[in-house]
Amino acid sequence: MELTQTQTQTLPQQPQSWLRRLSWFDWAYAAALLIGAGVALQLYGGYMDGYEKAILTGAALSVAGLGWHWKPVRVLMIVLVGVSLWSISLYQGELARADKAFFLKYMISSQTAIMWMCFLYAMSGVSYWAGLLARADGLTRTGSGFLWSATTMGLIGLMVRWYESYLIGTDVGHIPISNLYEVFVLFCIITSLLYLYYEGRYATRKLGAFVMLIILAAVWFILWYTFDRGAHEIQPLVPALQSWWMKIHVPANFIGYGAFSIAAMVGVAYLLASKGVMTRLLPPAEVMDDVMYKAIAIGFAFFTIATILGAMWAAEAWGGYWSWDPKETWALIVWLNYAAWLHMRLIKGLRGPLLAWWAVVGLLVTTFAFIGVNMFLSGLHSYGTL
Amino acid sequence: MAQHTRSRAAYDLLSSMRFAISLLTVLAIASVVGTVLKQAEPYPNYISQFGQFWFPVFEALGLYDVYHAAWFLAILSFLVLSTSLCIYRNGPGMLREMRNFRELATERSLQHIQQRAEFELAVPAAAALSRATQYLTASGFRFRSVPRGEDGADTLIAAKAGSYHRTGYLLTHCGIVVICFGGLLDGNIPLKALQLSGQKVIETRDIPQSQVPPQSRLSPANLSFRGNVNIPEGTSASVVFQNVADGYLVQDLPFTVALKKFHIDHYSTGQPRDFASDIVVTDNETGERFERTIRVNYPFIHKGIAIYQASFADGGTRMQLKGWPLLSPRVAPFDVAGAVNQSTRITSGDTEIRVELSDFRPFNIEDLASNTGASSRVEVASVSKKVLDQLGSGAADNTKKDLRNVGPSFQYRLRDTQGQAREFSNYMLPLQLDGAWYLMTGVRGNPNEGFRFLRLPLDIDGRIDGHMQLRATLLDEKSRAEIGRRFARNAVSGSAVSETMRERLAESAEKVLQLFALRGFESVGQFIEKGIPQAEQEKAADVYVKVLEGAALEALQLARERVKLPPAPFEPQTLRFVRDSLTSVSDSFAYGAPIYLQLVQYEEIKASGLQLTRSPGKNIVYTGSLLLVLGIFAMLYIRERRIWLLVKPAQGKMLLAMATNRHTLENEHEFERHKAALAAAARD
Ligand code: HEM
Repeated sequence: MELTQTQTQTLPQQPQSWLRRLSWFDWAYAAALLIGAGVALQLYGGYMDGYEKAILTGAALSVAGLGWHWKPVRVLMIVLVGVSLWSISLYQGELARADKAFFLKYMISSQTAIMWMCFLYAMSGVSYWAGLLARADGLTRTGSGFLWSATTMGLIGLMVRWYESYLIGTDVGHIPISNLYEVFVLFCIITSLLYLYYEGRYATRKLGAFVMLIILAAVWFILWYTFDRGAHEIQPLVPALQSWWMKIHVPANFIGYGAFSIAAMVGVAYLLASKGVMTRLLPPAEVMDDVMYKAIAIGFAFFTIATILGAMWAAEAWGGYWSWDPKETWALIVWLNYAAWLHMRLIKGLRGPLLAWWAVVGLLVTTFAFIGVNMFLSGLHSYGTL
Repeated sequence: MAQHTRSRAAYDLLSSMRFAISLLTVLAIASVVGTVLKQAEPYPNYISQFGQFWFPVFEALGLYDVYHAAWFLAILSFLVLSTSLCIYRNGPGMLREMRNFRELATERSLQHIQQRAEFELAVPAAAALSRATQYLTASGFRFRSVPRGEDGADTLIAAKAGSYHRTGYLLTHCGIVVICFGGLLDGNIPLKALQLSGQKVIETRDIPQSQVPPQSRLSPANLSFRGNVNIPEGTSASVVFQNVADGYLVQDLPFTVALKKFHIDHYSTGQPRDFASDIVVTDNETGERFERTIRVNYPFIHKGIAIYQASFADGGTRMQLKGWPLLSPRVAPFDVAGAVNQSTRITSGDTEIRVELSDFRPFNIEDLASNTGASSRVEVASVSKKVLDQLGSGAADNTKKDLRNVGPSFQYRLRDTQGQAREFSNYMLPLQLDGAWYLMTGVRGNPNEGFRFLRLPLDIDGRIDGHMQLRATLLDEKSRAEIGRRFARNAVSGSAVSETMRERLAESAEKVLQLFALRGFESVGQFIEKGIPQAEQEKAADVYVKVLEGAALEALQLARERVKLPPAPFEPQTLRFVRDSLTSVSDSFAYGAPIYLQLVQYEEIKASGLQLTRSPGKNIVYTGSLLLVLGIFAMLYIRERRIWLLVKPAQGKMLLAMATNRHTLENEHEFERHKAALAAAARD
């Protein structure tokens, strides 16, 4: 401090505006996304309606913003787009190539990619648990790496599946979030991404083992559904689902489900730690508590949006924004549950095991709303029967 | 006074969060009931489910339509009231708080704040102040600076950021009130009131719409409704039906909807791709006409009433049928004409049967591969083979399936004089099964069962007539002697056989035919079981079947002779036909109807199920939803932070305190950041 400086120059850590902190790479990334969207609009705009164009543009902008806010997404997107385009080019417009071209058959056709996803998730789960129990950071870092690659593979699988559906028939083609099989893949992906975000934010990989439990449960379901039920086959859409609403309603819902799942799994870790089990291995209670709150907060926000979008879609497809259909009603119950959770925490300042238990029970309610309703109750949402 | 405190207590309770949370819990539980118990079913279903005792109890509780029950609406209304009071109570304070800089904070109160720090001033106070305020502004804080201390020598900077957090509370809670209000507007409260006061009465009779009396009709001016109507092609409707409890109300519309045509498009796999109706809406007042096509997800809205494609049904397809007696010794097909949803009477012998045509389907896509039993599930594949099979595209593997359109089918019930009915489902076109062609007719005793199919084999010319003639001849008592004679002659032709042997052969053929005409193979079997020692039964059965088949072959030739056809050639195909005919006749005894109805010709008429709604509350609900979402994001993602800096040049000290309304980990990180920065501002 021997320099004589003017006052402003000595100002310490002058907070820079968010935009100024963006690098050339950030700008190039966003520009590439927008150009990509522009090209898509140019080439295929004729097949889209205004809403679909808006969704495409909105998606490009959101992914750009997400990449700016959370840098690893940029790499993920580059790999995703690159590999998906490569896969599409290998198809040469012919579905049968999936069985002939080596890379398609064994790497990046949709089913193969999803199988790889399952395998990599399993590896990730093993690594996280080994790393947690052995207190080996190297292993949890490996788990994290597997988790990133599994998620990338899953996304590639969905992208290619989207393309394949159009190869089956242009009238069959649709975004692959239309049945239970596809949304389970989506669930794995979204839950992983949300978790990976918190992993970076809180700089701890110790919760991965617990979050992997729910992801592996979903993977198990995907495998059973594929091998036992053959549910992986691409089916055309029933008329009620042929709507651009699906493209925003379903992902919003799954951000909710994924976040609630993370909260519940962290809740389990919290409860174990509070009982003295693995207390030394897990992050401090405040961190787990905070992750739980953050997850429920984001989940609640998106679940609210999803429910409202669902109501608007229902108004258009069924003639009423709210019909007290079992699925709708259970969505309301889930929503009320987490609203109560947030009130207790934010207003009553409640903390500790009770809220953790509540988050765990909340997941049971959510799971029932997600799958139970389809299995046990009948109603308008009858597309997802097991 | 006591009055006053009591109402005050009620106000406190109603506007408290505790009460609101309790209401939400009750609401959630009540909603569960409504999802577990199927809502708005016909009342007889509930009676059979719960019995005579519980049915009225549950009815009184409104469990058959929970979401419209008075108590449910009361809970919702309380929720609105309670949330409104809560806003009224907390809102003004929140707004004040939002604007307030809290510059009145004293040094002592700052000492009580948990996050605080104290720095030595190494630069002139003015410099430190200027650096600090610059930093705070750059960090998104707004501040107010006030003099403090005896002579105003000290300076307090009161800064805040994220005060819009507080709007979150207002927005969410107002959002909820607005949504509930819109929802109640679209609910049936006015209708409930009219019903309770006796001005409107639910119609429970099944009568033509035009005869429904005025007290069961709702005027076109009705603010909100949601009703359904089925319109057959070529007809129109100017009312919809609102189902209420165990009856309905007729809602008159301000326009007429005519259905020109209903379309279903299909994917190549047979699943429906699109349902659409070409409708013409004619306004009753202005006479304006709107020709539109509505599809699922694409309604048409006129005068605030939205017209949705909701369902479809048969609209009275007209059919030409041919009736074949199945167990009669004479071939006498008769014509029947009818339409779906109509019934006709036919007389078969001395009994009268009512035919109720119930449905028609222009095509049926069936997976014929799964019927042949080729795809048995027991395959021993290694895990790696199974995985390898799954690799590749997600496209369906159609090699395992044999999807085919097997043509039109129709359904009907046959009701006897006692009112007992059986349901039948017949395909119009023949089906090839195991290499031969059959007409298929399915039967079931009650709607929960699947259909069991009877196969009627086609003759060499691909018609049903040959089988029917054979059937009649087989069952004809008068033909038996002749069949027996021919059987005996042909069975042993060429060799020198005694006349008595011949006679015995003819007799046994007659005997088997007679048994067979009783109840098919069943009665032949029973005869063998009773009359023949166990050890020889199997051999005897063989002989009987041979004799029966031989006799049936003779019956076939006899039948052909009678209708002046040349004899059937003696080849495997003919034998197969005879065997199939025998099976078919034998199965007919369990078929449960004396006649088979063959579809000859049809003229399809479809009906479109439309749902019409007027919901003035919709846009209110959407507005409320927007408020809710904005509020939630404001509440969860805007953090309110307040910073106080007390600069005391006399002591050479600067005091920092930071407060937030939420306790999260970020706060600590943020405080550390500000602390470091402001410490630097005070340093040289
Ligand atoms: C389900 C959506 C709801 C959400 C997300 C929500 C959220 C919140 C939040 C975050 C607060 C704290 C405000 C603050 O102090 O910063 C709050 C307060 C409160 N809420 Fe709700 N609320 C909801 C529904 C309700 C309902 C339906 C009621 C019914 C009456 C209600 C009653 C209250 C009350 C009484 C307070 C206390 C206000 C105070 O004293 O500060 N809330 N709510």
